[in-house]
Amino acid sequence: MLAYTLRRLLMAVPTLLFIAAVIFLLLDLAPGDPMANQPLTIPPEVRAEMRRALGLDEPTHVRFGLWLWQFFVVEPAVLVDHLFGTTLAEGQARILSWQFRSPVMDVIVQRLPQTLWVVGMAYVVGVLIAIPIGILSATRQYSVFDQIGTFVAMVGFSVPTFFTGVLLIMIFSVKLGWFPSIYDTRLRVTDWQSFLQQLRQMAMPVFVLALYNAAQISRYMRASMLDNLGQDYVRTARAKGEPERSVILRHVLRNSMIPVVTVIALGVPAVFGGAIITEQVFKVNGLGQLLITAIQANDLPMVQTLTFMFAVLIVLFNLVADVLYGWLDPRIRYD
Amino acid sequence: MTDAASDPPAPGAREAAPPAGPAAATIAPAPALSASSDARLELAGSSQWRDVWRQFRTHRGALLGLFFLLFVTLFCIFGPWLWQVAPNALDVRNKDLRPVYSWLWNGDARASWSHPLGTDQLGRDLLAQLIAGGRVSLAVGWTAMLLAMLIGTLVGVLAGYFRRLDGLLMRFTDLVLALPILPLLLVVMLLFRDPLRAAFGPQTGIFILIVSVIGVTSWMQTARIVRGDVMALKEREFVLAARSIGTPARRMIPRHILPNVLSPIMVSATLGLASAIITESALSFLGLGFPSDFPTWGKLLFDATDRMADFPERVLWPGLAISLTVLSVNYIGDGLRDALDPRIRGR
Repeated sequence: MLAYTLRRLLMAVPTLLFIAAVIFLLLDLAPGDPMANQPLTIPPEVRAEMRRALGLDEPTHVRFGLWLWQFFVVEPAVLVDHLFGTTLAEGQARILSWQFRSPVMDVIVQRLPQTLWVVGMAYVVGVLIAIPIGILSATRQYSVFDQIGTFVAMVGFSVPTFFTGVLLIMIFSVKLGWFPSIYDTRLRVTDWQSFLQQLRQMAMPVFVLALYNAAQISRYMRASMLDNLGQDYVRTARAKGEPERSVILRHVLRNSMIPVVTVIALGVPAVFGGAIITEQVFKVNGLGQLLITAIQANDLPMVQTLTFMFAVLIVLFNLVADVLYGWLDPRIRYD
Repeated sequence: MTDAASDPPAPGAREAAPPAGPAAATIAPAPALSASSDARLELAGSSQWRDVWRQFRTHRGALLGLFFLLFVTLFCIFGPWLWQVAPNALDVRNKDLRPVYSWLWNGDARASWSHPLGTDQLGRDLLAQLIAGGRVSLAVGWTAMLLAMLIGTLVGVLAGYFRRLDGLLMRFTDLVLALPILPLLLVVMLLFRDPLRAAFGPQTGIFILIVSVIGVTSWMQTARIVRGDVMALKEREFVLAARSIGTPARRMIPRHILPNVLSPIMVSATLGLASAIITESALSFLGLGFPSDFPTWGKLLFDATDRMADFPERVLWPGLAISLTVLSVNYIGDGLRDALDPRIRGR
């Protein structure tokens, strides 16, 4: 298992390099010029000097190397400095955002909590709803509950989040006035009142995303439970006279959770990626919203870094899912 | 990397069909009882597709979905002849009209039968825009899906059939799967919008861009499924028999392999169509899709969100159009999956 994990980790390195190259080259072709919004009165030599200061005069491969260096060495060093008070990154150039004139990572750290709160909470809620629904639908296959669950799941992943979100705003903010339609980031939870306020503003985005996540995961859960319910060991357990409740919860559920856990792990990068559309609809200024504004503002270092971070997370959680699968299911052996 | 954990079963992949009790019983007698016995014999063995259609009919959601999709498609194709208002015609005198049904609860609402679903802030007719938008959305969905299926099938068959290509192609598939798709889509849209617009004109250019971008980023699941099936097929006796009489690969693949992987391809085609429609409208919603005078359902929805408190119908109709179309496509996929599974079909 350890050998397998190490091999996979080593294999992730070329994958990530390839992805980094794709992202970098794609953005390098971009027509946008970081100098475009400077006044036209700046003399050409000053402009050239500014380009040099931004490192834009170097050939592509040098800039690619420098960016990788900054991403994998300088930024972690800054983090270590921050945590332990060392001075590893003293004097090193960090990845600067053209839009905010400050290090990209600082902006990301500012935006991360909102995304984690809203999108992460939605994921947790979605999983918590999906698992019982999946179990019940499978144990009572074709019952009314199962039919309704199937229909809701179908609707859940057919209706795009930008429509459910807008619909919810229309009903609950505009008509009923129960929830605010805009997420207020400056709200600090200090007492009961502000806690309720926070809950209210989180309710709608969390609901929209949780519906979407729960729809998918409950289908996996149901399919996996149905697979296992037909197995011989279930009949054996029933024949032993074990009560149905413990057959389901102790025997079937545990085995059915194996594929579902990996599906859940595979969905985690999407949490960090921030739901770009949902954040846009509810004006949550998380990572997804940061990405879309960076794209609109032509802030290439920000777009590069964010996209690459998402890619790192996807590769990482693919690995985690595979390792988890092998760890949970001793029948799977990778070597 | 290509192990069980990273391609989990599609939702409901291994579910059984809907209760086949009464429905199956009514199917059992052949429909052509009065015909001669020869005709019945022919019918009984006639085709696999007849069986598939029989099983498909028992899935009520899938049948409804098929009817709705046909209705929407026909409505979008023939709509411009039935409702001859140009979607971009500005009728400024009649701007901000409400739909006619608002008379039901508000007797003096500004509405007019000349614009049954109302008009927007520039006086463009909502019904005509919905039809035009549907044409674009569906065209993008179908073409992008076909492109994705083409690439996916090609990669899958090549990787599954030729052992030497397998490692390379599947590693490549894994790489593409690891790319964060939506951010990259946004970046690509931003980069190539202007050159393509200059080369092919504003509408065709964007159409080509959106279709190719969606197609190129959504073929991976199909490729994996097809590869798995082809690898299993290669071990079967009929392939061995065909090979032993000297069938070369270029005949083997279209004759023996492709017809047998058609059903998983069809199922993933429906999923692909649904997700292509959603992706297109998401891009339009984020303001990176078609230009603003060129309506699509996502674009209409996006343009209407600013004033949705006063004019909810402008959000509702495009949103419903997207959601119902995608829902029906998903139901069709569900029904097809059951109908194409021979283990279920016989029951």
